Amino acid sequence: MDSTLGDLANSSACNAPLAIGNSDPARLLAQLRTMLLIRRAEEVIGEGVAARQVICPAHLGIGQEAIAVAVSEHLRGSDRVFGGHRSHAHYLALGGDLYPLLAEVLGKEAGCSRGMGGSMHLYAADKGLLGTVPIVAGTVPLAVGAALAAKKDGRGDVAVAYFGDGASEEGVIHESLNLAAVWKLPILFVCENNLFSSHLHISLRQPTDRIARFADGHRIPAVTLDGNDVVAVSRAAEDMIAGARGGAGPGFLEAVTYRWRGHVGHREDEDVGVDRGADLHLWKARDPVRRLADALIAGKMLSSDAYSALQADVDAEVMEAWRRARAAPYPPESHLLDRVYAEAGR
Amino acid sequence: MNRTSYGAAIREAFVYLLDHHPEVFVIGQGLWAKWYVGNTMTDLDKLYGPERIMDSPVSEQACTGAAVGASLCGYRPIVVHPRMDFMLYAMDALVNQAAKWSHMLGGQAHPAVTVRAIINRGGEQGAQHSQALHAWFAHVPGLRVVMPATPRDARDLLISAVLCDDPVLYIDDRWLYEWEEDLPPIVESPLEREGPRILRSGGELTLVGVGYSTRLCLQAAQSLATKGIQVEVIDLRVLNPLDPFTIVASVKRTGRLLVVDGGWRTCGMAGEIIACVSENLPLGMLKQSPRRLTLPDAPAPTSAPLERAYYFGESEIIQAVRALLG
Ligand SMILES: Cc1ncc(C[n+]2csc(CCOP(=O)(O)OP(=O)(O)O)c2C)c(N)n1
Ligand SMILES: [Mg+2]
Repeated sequence: MDSTLGDLANSSACNAPLAIGNSDPARLLAQLRTMLLIRRAEEVIGEGVAARQVICPAHLGIGQEAIAVAVSEHLRGSDRVFGGHRSHAHYLALGGDLYPLLAEVLGKEAGCSRGMGGSMHLYAADKGLLGTVPIVAGTVPLAVGAALAAKKDGRGDVAVAYFGDGASEEGVIHESLNLAAVWKLPILFVCENNLFSSHLHISLRQPTDRIARFADGHRIPAVTLDGNDVVAVSRAAEDMIAGARGGAGPGFLEAVTYRWRGHVGHREDEDVGVDRGADLHLWKARDPVRRLADALIAGKMLSSDAYSALQADVDAEVMEAWRRARAAPYPPESHLLDRVYAEAGR
Repeated sequence: MNRTSYGAAIREAFVYLLDHHPEVFVIGQGLWAKWYVGNTMTDLDKLYGPERIMDSPVSEQACTGAAVGASLCGYRPIVVHPRMDFMLYAMDALVNQAAKWSHMLGGQAHPAVTVRAIINRGGEQGAQHSQALHAWFAHVPGLRVVMPATPRDARDLLISAVLCDDPVLYIDDRWLYEWEEDLPPIVESPLEREGPRILRSGGELTLVGVGYSTRLCLQAAQSLATKGIQVEVIDLRVLNPLDPFTIVASVKRTGRLLVVDGGWRTCGMAGEIIACVSENLPLGMLKQSPRRLTLPDAPAPTSAPLERAYYFGESEIIQAVRALLG
């Protein structure tokens, strides 16, 4: 394939500690904690899949944590965010509570979708998350509509559409980009390009690997960058979100990354029939969490001991929420029928 | 005779078609992975090559439209949608294009395309990964719709569908893949000649199923027989064009009708069959009002306890039969 991404898609490149420059240490530490929380939560969900405690299809984004953390930093509760099948990070990065996420994944009534959705259907409207659902590209036009509503409201709110490289193969993405451009809507398209759509590498699906070329075609300003660099993604997202709030219209952020687990489920070694062995190993050196931690430690903003304590703290938080979620009750049978319409049962 | 599972029977049909009909090729997501389509297409890409077994980008609409286009140029493409829910992006290609082409161009062009859609539900997959939308498609004139319930039909209806000059939607169900049966050798048979079939005779009640629900009906009939109750089981097989007369003739004998369908109730297949029987049955022949057993009118839930309440099984059919027998 003719790769336009170059080193961004190269598993052996971009693996040095992050260039944190003069970023605010408190902010970097907060980013680190959120990334660790997402990672640990997804690891525990993965263990739940392995132990058959989690039944619903769970698509883990381990390895991709930096993107949602960087984007969400610049969002507020009145913004409108939509995601897809792989959206645990989108939920947690926006500040969605951990316990309802884990309860949802277990199908419990205390879940963020009241146990009616599972891992693939998340909701946290108070944090701006208006829905993550698994029809590929299905929520992208919805985000465009949310941006249209935000523009009508005139309060400077923005919409965010998260989607993958595979989603860019659906026609509706292209219609959505055009609408957003021609109506100058306040929306950030965030393409998490992890180079795979389930079992197929992008080279088997598209003539080249840079998804932002579609934004170029619709005259939407785009940046393509290392999605495992939380500092770089945050900077780019800040500019584009500020632009959208200020009336400059849509932006397109392509963050190149890699998922460590299979397309669905907990396994690393088998990705719906594809063995990515060597490449996965190399990509782990591009770990977004470790590269930030290493930079903080090298810059003396974090000690190794403090890092261990932080990890232990996050682990305790996740395990406590997991225990509660496991013990929580399932939704009652009556919810089969009384959640279909706004007026229960009618 | 050759003991074959439903899933393997589908694969046999693919092998037969690809071996004997060079104009057949297949497009769909997951055709190079074992995960998407169960055991129904294992290694076909290795046997026939990626030019005839085309794994595709995530582009349901364009893939289906492209298959319709190729079918207008002498090929017999099969498009595989590993989950029926994903196919909704392809509605235009199916409903506005393929189904209308013959009629609106004066019968001069026929898209000989087959769309294989898989019903794949349960396992807490939730509302967008569980749908059985066969009734929608059966509503569309010009689109033939078949739903095999048995391994033999899984094989033979796929072959008939692909060799038919009209667009055909072939719907299989993952809950059937393990069902085994002895299969006779393949004989090509025109799809136009296929219709509902009596799978088990009985005089007290007519039980109609479609796809997976036919299997449940057979199991229920078997259990009832051990209690001395003989019901007739009819498998719908071809949903459109619908030929109700096998069912009507059966109800004339039994006087009682229960239709069991794994789709929703309102405007569903079960309602259509009851309507056909009602229209065609002489007055006074029914001993009881016809009944239907369907999914509740709600999207699929996620959590396992709600799934158990949502999907019916053999025991619900037995209950409904007993209620009708009074
Ligand atoms: C309309 C539709 N087609 C197919 C699928 C099956 N599917 C689920 S996720 C996925 C891969 C999508 O890849 P990408 O958009 O790159 O997201 P990633 O999984 O890499 O995060 C596919 C094909 C689906 N859910 N919806
Ligand atoms: Mg991807």
